[in-house]
Amino acid sequence: MSTVVGEMDHHDHHHAPTGISRWLFTTNHKDIGSLYLWFSFIMFLVGGSMAMVIRAELFQPGLQLVDPHFFNQMTTVHGLIMVFGAVMPAFTGLANWMIPMMIGAPDMALPRMNNWSFWILPFAFAILLASLFMEGGGPAFGWTFYAPLSTTYSGDSTALFVFSVHIMGISSIMGAINVIVTIMNMRAPGMTYMKMPLFVWTWFITAFLLIAVMPVLAGAVTMVLTDKYFGTSFFDAAGGGDPVMFQHIFWFFGHPEVYIMILPSFGIISAIIPAFSRKKLFGYASMVYATAAIAGLSFLVWAHHMFTTGMPVAAELFFMYCTMLISVPTGVKVFNWVATMWRGSMTFEVPMLFALAFVILFTIGGFSGLMLAITPIDFQYHDTYFVVAHFHYVLVSGAIFSIMAAAYYWLPKWTGHMYDTTLARWHFWTSLISVNVLFFPMHFAGLAGMPRRIPDYAVQFADINQIVSIGGFAFGLSQLIFLWVVIKCVRTGEKAPAKPWEGAEGLEWTVPSPAPYHTFETPPKVD
Amino acid sequence: MSEAPQTEPRPDNGRIIRRLLLTVAGMFAFGFALVPLYEAFCDLTGFNGRTRNEAAAVSTHQVDTSRTVNVQFITRNAQGMPWDFKAEMNSVRVHPGETRVVNFLASNPTGSNMVAQAIPSVAPGEAALYLNKTECFCFNQQPLQAGADTAMPMQFYLDPDIPEHIHTLTLSYTLYDMTANATPDVLAQMAPAN
Amino acid sequence: MRTRLITALAAGLPLAASAQSQLNLTQGVTEVSNRVYDLHMTIFYICCVIGAIVFGAMFYSMWRHRKSKGYKPASFHENVKVEIAWTVIPFLILVGMAIPATSTLLAMEDTSEADVTVLVTGSQWKWHYKYLDRDVEYFSLLATPRQQIENRLDKGENYLLEVDRPLVIPTDTKVRFLITSDDVIHSWWVPDFAVKKDANPGFINEAWTKVDEPGIYRGQCAELCGKDHGFMPVVVIAKEPAEYQAWLDEQERMQREAKAEEQRLLAMSMSMDELMELGERVYLGNCAACHQPNGQGIPGVFPSLVGTEMMLNDINGHIDIVVNGKNGTAMQSFKNMLSLREIAAVVTYERNAWGNNTGDMVQAADVNAYVNE
Repeated sequence: MSTVVGEMDHHDHHHAPTGISRWLFTTNHKDIGSLYLWFSFIMFLVGGSMAMVIRAELFQPGLQLVDPHFFNQMTTVHGLIMVFGAVMPAFTGLANWMIPMMIGAPDMALPRMNNWSFWILPFAFAILLASLFMEGGGPAFGWTFYAPLSTTYSGDSTALFVFSVHIMGISSIMGAINVIVTIMNMRAPGMTYMKMPLFVWTWFITAFLLIAVMPVLAGAVTMVLTDKYFGTSFFDAAGGGDPVMFQHIFWFFGHPEVYIMILPSFGIISAIIPAFSRKKLFGYASMVYATAAIAGLSFLVWAHHMFTTGMPVAAELFFMYCTMLISVPTGVKVFNWVATMWRGSMTFEVPMLFALAFVILFTIGGFSGLMLAITPIDFQYHDTYFVVAHFHYVLVSGAIFSIMAAAYYWLPKWTGHMYDTTLARWHFWTSLISVNVLFFPMHFAGLAGMPRRIPDYAVQFADINQIVSIGGFAFGLSQLIFLWVVIKCVRTGEKAPAKPWEGAEGLEWTVPSPAPYHTFETPPKVD
Repeated sequence: MSEAPQTEPRPDNGRIIRRLLLTVAGMFAFGFALVPLYEAFCDLTGFNGRTRNEAAAVSTHQVDTSRTVNVQFITRNAQGMPWDFKAEMNSVRVHPGETRVVNFLASNPTGSNMVAQAIPSVAPGEAALYLNKTECFCFNQQPLQAGADTAMPMQFYLDPDIPEHIHTLTLSYTLYDMTANATPDVLAQMAPAN
Repeated sequence: MRTRLITALAAGLPLAASAQSQLNLTQGVTEVSNRVYDLHMTIFYICCVIGAIVFGAMFYSMWRHRKSKGYKPASFHENVKVEIAWTVIPFLILVGMAIPATSTLLAMEDTSEADVTVLVTGSQWKWHYKYLDRDVEYFSLLATPRQQIENRLDKGENYLLEVDRPLVIPTDTKVRFLITSDDVIHSWWVPDFAVKKDANPGFINEAWTKVDEPGIYRGQCAELCGKDHGFMPVVVIAKEPAEYQAWLDEQERMQREAKAEEQRLLAMSMSMDELMELGERVYLGNCAACHQPNGQGIPGVFPSLVGTEMMLNDINGHIDIVVNGKNGTAMQSFKNMLSLREIAAVVTYERNAWGNNTGDMVQAADVNAYVNE
């Protein structure tokens, strides 16, 4: 339980150089991990406040607070920030902190590049956010920026949008290279590939996905840029181009991107569930293979986002079958987690609560995903709130819940303090309830026919939207409790032992809490 | 896999990085390569109803009089395109293999010389594979002097292999103003008017 | 505690499943839409069963196998047979799902010849319908008054789902839709027909329906298409074939007469007051969404009409841009949407409202020079 106190050496966290330059010039994986995590949390709040604007406008039918053009900017920038600013940097932060400690390495393989890959991010998002304040506003074409809405018909903020996506892409690619090199070259003696914790494995595979698809995104935004400003016509029928081709290129990136945002979650959950079930992870090898299978299949399913664009039946069938197939390895993972719990000796500390919520809510998101895969019914679901509900179940109660779980799981290791259990439980229960009030009714709104990305809606959707908005505000406020817990945990709290969780396994628990600034300068021996 | 651990990056870090960067560059190029790949794929499968942008060989097929296909013509103007543009007939019934000519009438009501380009699209998409145009105004930019009008021919036949279930084929042309992007030889055609 | 959630979820499911509720997919009014609905419910129930088994096992384990009950952990961590089973069984379930899905998809490819073809064109932010082979075409715009949207009036029953001129189609007849766009991508969606197809600029897409029952069916644009994406509904009226024919003949006659009438009125001039009054009405209905009721536009997005060079000094350019639109912008051609009188009036209005005060008057005959010559 979280009340266990161990006797450990408790020197203060800050025994490295202090001041702003410590953070600007740091090449320490723990510092950079913290920077990434704080940055992603700030972006989570920024993107979340945009969601609050959206939910406030949708609280009632009619236009009350914002005009439709600004509403579109909010949905667009909310999506971009949450995907590229909150979820992805949070995972990179966790990778930075944990991968070296999990494989017994003293640091990431390329520490100076690590510093760069973080420090260009704030500029990318400053540019994106600044575009909201220029004349004509920021990008308003959805985070999927379909041409020609994003080319011929967009405002001049498009140039800033493209530039900022380029920087985010470069940052992600550098981060991915670093992870790959670290995992390939920095493992402690005896740490074979098949002994690596699953978080390391899932990140290893994620990094390859990033390397493969971020450049394609860069290509797509470049084509948007040249179409808009330099007279090319990749996506303009007048010059022999095709707007549907944009969607093919975008989703060739976009679908693997979805797995980039969920595979590391699988790794986190695969660490937490065994720890609190006091039982080894069931089917380690099949977990690894399932992850690889999901990653591989993710390149064959992109057009399931585009069933309504008018494809030949043969193509629709192909993409439907491939998409359905993904649920096999995903199912294997869920079954393995349940089998891990089966006949374990479970306790329900906050990381475990989040992990259990993840398993259930992510699976619900998986079910709606399976429904969406079925082409003939996707014609009805496509671009409605059913889709919005689906991907928020997967990304909020999936990816973000797993990040919360990871934060609670490793906070004692990072800060040397136990978090405030009562507050953390409050955070969990308010989040769990509000996230379902927020997203579950969206399924109904979508089925009843409410399209996504609309600032105003027909009166029959009024009740559902009101409930959803209330859930949204509650979920937003609940995250302030998390901020409070983390700040409190950094500053004070019960001293945490090296291994605060009875059933936890892994090298990270062999070093003291808080983890010293430098760990594993002499490599551990792994049997 | 039990190499000695190192505090310094090991010599082969460079090799991994080089390979990864090469992959990144390759995937960036692949993003652009998707453009011609997509076009080739469309030409091969009729995906998205694109028709080939060059003249097909003249029909040497036996005319299949046992069936007829209704070919509909739709003409549309892109935004800002002031020409009048229509097909001389709304639709025509043809036997597969039979060659027909349809004239598209265009007039330029403005006071300035203009150049247009017609972009074809076929529904259903798979029918695009079986529509062979032996001559078409849509292959080239079309100049038209101020106030002038013209009849632009389109000669086509349907491949007799066209699937049985296709009864109707719709060919749409969207006319775009290309005056600003006209090729020099097209402009030269209009020069005498000036 | 956790069971509370599952009870809540379980309570939600039958609610969702009750037919024709406002919480579930519509069954619609076509054979295809009914098949789609059945498929939707089938997949949904399969998911529920799988969910019940998986979550059931999980909750049972969480209940029984807890440390606080003194449960000692077992040590197994793999079992090849079980792992193969839960790879193969889901695969077989998927095959079971794929069979009806495939047959429904193929049924949507009805290969019989259509009797009626309608060209559906989306543009920012309205639909245009054209009956091929008949001389009938018209725009279909949102009919909900601005006052309702801005909460100055109570919202009607069909708030945001009503248009000035709905599409009319015959029942028991195969109707083919050719769908395209003039500017960005739109998506034409009528849930009751289970038809949703993207309108891609420069390309045409195809969809079809065969409606069983006469009625009014409402849908919306389903692809983000810019500022007023939420304000371009689709309304389709299905009439008995005979009634439909009568309607179509009537429309054809009316449109022919309107054109003749327009030519006849060319010679007549309107007074400044008449022009301004008609112009204001046309402006608010067609232009104010972008250029704003005060003519100021939205800086950086939609240009202002107040005191600009074109408004004050370039009357020919002004008429031309309204008649033909401007390529690559949201400014579309209004020559098919507005009558000559209306164009004349709105140009006059714009040149004299908001302090532009040019005193210019434009008559239908002036506009005619741009449209028909």
